[in-house]
Amino acid sequence: MKNSINREIPDEILKGKNYQAYTTDDFGTPVIQKVAPKLRATTGSEKVVDSLEDVVLKTVKNGMTISFHHHFREGDYVFDKVMRIIIDHGFKDLTLAPSSLTNVMNDIVVEAIEKGVVTNITSSGMRGSLGDAVSHGALKNPVIFRSHGNRARAIETGEIKIDVAFLGVPNSDAMGNANGMDGETAFGSLGYALMDAQYAETVVLVTDNIRSYPNTPASIKQTQVDYVVKVDAVGNPDKIGSGATRFTKDPKELKIAKTVNDVITHSEYFKDGFSFQTGSGGAALAVTRFLRQSMINNQIKASFALGGITKPTIDLLEEGLVDRVMDVQDFDKGAAESMHQNKNQQEIDASWYADPANKGAMVDALDVVILSALEIDTKFNVNVMTGSDGVIRGAIGGHQDAATAKLTIISAPLVRGRIATVVPDVTTVVTPGDSIDVLVTEVGIAINPKRKDLIASLSKIPGVPVYTIEELQKMAQEKVGTPKPLEFNDRVVALIEYRDGSLIDVIKKVKD
Amino acid sequence: MKDQKERLRRTMMFVPGNNPAMVKDAGIFGADSIMFDLEDAVSITEKDAARYLVYEALRTIDYGDSELVVRINGLDTPYYKNDIKAMVKAGVDVIRLPKVESADMMKKLEKLVAEAEKEFGIEVGTTNLMAAIESAKGVINAYEIATSSDRMIGIALSAEDYTTDMKTHRYPDGQELLYARNVILHAARAAGIAAFDTVFTNMDDEEGFYRETELIHQLGFDGKSLVNPRQIEMVNKVYEPTKKEILNAQGVIAAIAEAKRKGSGVISMNGQMVDRPVLLRAERVMSLAAAANLVDEEENYIEK
Repeated sequence: MKNSINREIPDEILKGKNYQAYTTDDFGTPVIQKVAPKLRATTGSEKVVDSLEDVVLKTVKNGMTISFHHHFREGDYVFDKVMRIIIDHGFKDLTLAPSSLTNVMNDIVVEAIEKGVVTNITSSGMRGSLGDAVSHGALKNPVIFRSHGNRARAIETGEIKIDVAFLGVPNSDAMGNANGMDGETAFGSLGYALMDAQYAETVVLVTDNIRSYPNTPASIKQTQVDYVVKVDAVGNPDKIGSGATRFTKDPKELKIAKTVNDVITHSEYFKDGFSFQTGSGGAALAVTRFLRQSMINNQIKASFALGGITKPTIDLLEEGLVDRVMDVQDFDKGAAESMHQNKNQQEIDASWYADPANKGAMVDALDVVILSALEIDTKFNVNVMTGSDGVIRGAIGGHQDAATAKLTIISAPLVRGRIATVVPDVTTVVTPGDSIDVLVTEVGIAINPKRKDLIASLSKIPGVPVYTIEELQKMAQEKVGTPKPLEFNDRVVALIEYRDGSLIDVIKKVKD
Repeated sequence: MKDQKERLRRTMMFVPGNNPAMVKDAGIFGADSIMFDLEDAVSITEKDAARYLVYEALRTIDYGDSELVVRINGLDTPYYKNDIKAMVKAGVDVIRLPKVESADMMKKLEKLVAEAEKEFGIEVGTTNLMAAIESAKGVINAYEIATSSDRMIGIALSAEDYTTDMKTHRYPDGQELLYARNVILHAARAAGIAAFDTVFTNMDDEEGFYRETELIHQLGFDGKSLVNPRQIEMVNKVYEPTKKEILNAQGVIAAIAEAKRKGSGVISMNGQMVDRPVLLRAERVMSLAAAANLVDEEENYIEK
């Protein structure tokens, strides 16, 4: 059947996996039943183990769901260490349920798929050789992509039941009191891993830094932890986050960023006490810089900045332009290192950040968000998952969640090289057009026609031309031409869940 | 198209003719003029490729209101004839000749341009010309160059070659360019065409860039040649009229309209006589104000 945004979802998927088709971005107020994990009571005297292998053999069984976090990003050693043991011992039929998969994890996941060790995956995203393998049908069962908020929801409702969570931490005491903000491999907020620590039946902390008891501040608590494994190194500090943040010098990115700032400052939301989320990447950092100047010029302060945090956002906090930073992950060293110094830099878990099945999440109070897009179509639907070749190469991240903000801005160039960004129909819908309010490109902006209020307030910004999204799509097409349509097989290789757990789209196997 | 003589030319942005990404995006930065370069930015092995690329770009890409200029290769190279033919055929607004030292050089260019226009069925006289002055001899002959053809829209100082010719180099205070700048500016004004200042290449020296731009703005240059789109905003900022200038210009224009309505010959505002130079200056202020988005569609000043 076709869902409400006209995406064909095969009936056998809906029935076979008991899915609802996507209908609306309004979650409503349903009654939710949460689950709680089983646990084996202990006083904790035998938690510390020297051998990761022993712990894996003791905890993992064929058919189980195992999880990891991606806070070490491209500097992660833990995922590889654990998966190596699992593959070498010939485990079968595991479900991999990490918060996301980074490039450094690709090779070993592909190996695990090829050997039948991993037969199911749910993740925020994947890229590179792994995305390529999945798009070419390496995995029999479709991958399930979930946003950060949706993963939290699925864990809480038991749709993802984690048997064993292997959580790398830059420090822990012998009982499992740990945080992400101290130590050589500090990455700041443990936001995504806090879900696993709370809901997995078995929680294994992996660390290279055992501290005296009790280790505080503790983000993961000893009450949640079964084992603490000491290893030589959990990560490469140089690859965990980018180093000193550098602002883009790309004039096109700067122009887009400046226009994004014009849109924000001309909207009704730009007033004292507003809140925003900017994300990472060169253009997002440039927006933060322009926004800072506008806040100073207009004597406006923000109540909070949300989401993945970078140093320029911390600078705003320290300057007093932002009251609170609500921090689910940190993208650079500056943001990670400041966490234990700034009491107003609050670590939040993925549920608090973005889970709709909640008594209120931070995104529900969010005024302004700037998000990116690989593609956006004339219905304002956004793709951040598949590339121009139809191959998986992205991640939902918090895209669907933050897009529920009052003013959702997509910042994207009209074309990238010879590839149009604004298209008649996106290859894969990740975030529905109903959630998107304004598209900002280097030539001008398009406002979602459903937002008549924004059309009124944003139509007369000096030097910012307003087009319909159809006009922008035509401009892009005139620049780069019309590509031959992508060809796919019928086989579904991945499902895109909306944040409420319904199916918004599927990804099919690419034709070679 | 606006009157060629009166249009704003604050910014002339150089775009290497062999760089597809920059050629494709050149229109998005709001440059008054875009100058595609076939000369120094393009190595000998890429001369043909760059010519084709710029030709296709001029034929297919919408650059909005920007004036489109191409710097062709010099008359001492084997490339300029093909450059002229291709650019005239593509319908470029202006051909810029480098290293101009005499009116004869411009006349030679004009002849070739006219021939190309005939060959491609374009009305003779459509393609405008400008000259880059890059030597002592060029500066000495600035006026004859500026008046060499009815097609001339401007002359530009190119300081790198010029300072070498003068046995000096560029200094932060620009004293070495004092004579050349004034001669070129006077030649342009006497000929009724635009005067463009030279490029400023150190992108890390924002203060120096502002100092130089404020100097040439004070002298009376139309604008400046630029090597980076990020400089456009900075030049425009220097050329932005003040609120006082805008309100005064509006008063002048209103006084003239009022006088015309009454059929009065003598026009005065606040007890001062308003004559033609005052009106011209007022019109230029309003045109700069509109370009800087300081007035709305009805030309009312927008309070910040």
